[in-house]
Amino acid sequence: MRDTIIEVNNVSFNAGGEKILSGVDFSIAKGERVTITGPSGGGKSTLLKIIASMLTPTKGSVKYEGESIAEIDPIDYRKKVSYFFQNATLFDQTVRDNLAFPYDIRNEEFNEAKSVKMLERVKLNASYLKKPVKDLSGGEKQRVALVRNLLYKPEVLLLDEVTSSLDAENKGIIYTILDELNTEDHMTILAVTHDEREISQADRIIHIIDGKVAEQ
Amino acid sequence: MGANLEINNFSLILSTGLLLVAIFIAYKEKLGLSNDIFIAGVRAVIQLFIIGYVLKYVIEIDDFFLTLVMVLFIVFNAGFNAHKRSEGISNSLLISLAAIGIGTAITLSIMIVSGAIEWIPSQIVPITGMIASNAMVAIGLTYRALNSKFTDQRQQVLEKLALGANEKQASMSIIRESVKTGMSPSIDSTKTVGLVSLPGMMSGLIFAGVDPTEAIRYQIVVMFMLVAVTSIASFIASYLAYREYYNNRKQLII
Repeated sequence: MRDTIIEVNNVSFNAGGEKILSGVDFSIAKGERVTITGPSGGGKSTLLKIIASMLTPTKGSVKYEGESIAEIDPIDYRKKVSYFFQNATLFDQTVRDNLAFPYDIRNEEFNEAKSVKMLERVKLNASYLKKPVKDLSGGEKQRVALVRNLLYKPEVLLLDEVTSSLDAENKGIIYTILDELNTEDHMTILAVTHDEREISQADRIIHIIDGKVAEQ
Repeated sequence: MGANLEINNFSLILSTGLLLVAIFIAYKEKLGLSNDIFIAGVRAVIQLFIIGYVLKYVIEIDDFFLTLVMVLFIVFNAGFNAHKRSEGISNSLLISLAAIGIGTAITLSIMIVSGAIEWIPSQIVPITGMIASNAMVAIGLTYRALNSKFTDQRQQVLEKLALGANEKQASMSIIRESVKTGMSPSIDSTKTVGLVSLPGMMSGLIFAGVDPTEAIRYQIVVMFMLVAVTSIASFIASYLAYREYYNNRKQLII
């Protein structure tokens, strides 16, 4: 039995007088790859944001390695449990600016060699560093954004329908690196998705319907 | 001092004719502004008469503390008006008072120490009014920039937070742009001064018969003073206000 890394305890979330999540319970083991599915509007994204400490649950708690995340500094926590957006936006001017950001916020020097290596893993080469972000295609942007999340290898990667607006080629590239991260680097991956391929790769599937866990 | 600088009551009453022109246009074009113009006119007359007599008294008494009270009164009013323009930023009254208060204190101190002005009410009160009103406008622009940029760049801020940035790192580009927005009017007017308009300070001195080559010396100091105070006030307001967009769990709350 692997150690539990994320534990969601009786989490409820209300917004604007509406119940989005009620009494959600599950846990995820270190190195596990779990997929969350369910109809849209069922609270999947909200759940992922709560696990990322981007939202605070109305009731219940989320534990990371046994400690309630309410007790952990959110900034440190988000560096370990990294949330990746559906249509990630790149900021500033160039690809390099975006990849330098994770280094800047840690007051560290930009590591070009490592960045190029990671870019190559998503089938982009060193020449992309200088490219203005406005010249990239949607798929390229999403791949650069993924690299931005991975430069400091997080413990847990939270994916919010990250391939939903991509074509088959871009999906393929992203799935390949996700497979490698999970099997070779033992990164824990929790993904909200409707994609068949992503679901088939999961160790376990959690259905969220009307803000509740339907079956496991 | 050659020219006659008195406006008698009869001239003053005739000058209301200027207001009637505006009211007539508003009425004829159905702008719905006639009442506003009338009320604005009445308010201006009352406020200026009161401040005229108050200033006359303050200048005659020439007391250190009374002058200080006037300075604080102006700073408070400017802070309160900036706060009303904050469009819901919490703690904006305190932030505005801090930004305008510190900006005014620094600028006045430099001007007094450098000998440009003296601590006498006839100089301190009008100068403080100029400083505080420019700081007020600058902060109003800064608040508006913060609000619109946090809304427009919400997704970007969220992504930066998700990458593990702290609130300041996630807001840095917005803070910079907002300070810039607050400062830009005073920089622009400094660039065009003398070419487009003759600013109030200099106009007033020339009106009073001062040699224009002397009057511009004051105007130069005033322009630099306004650039200083708008930058100080926008800087302080931005750096204090950006925190209000986050909760204690370092989550964006807009």
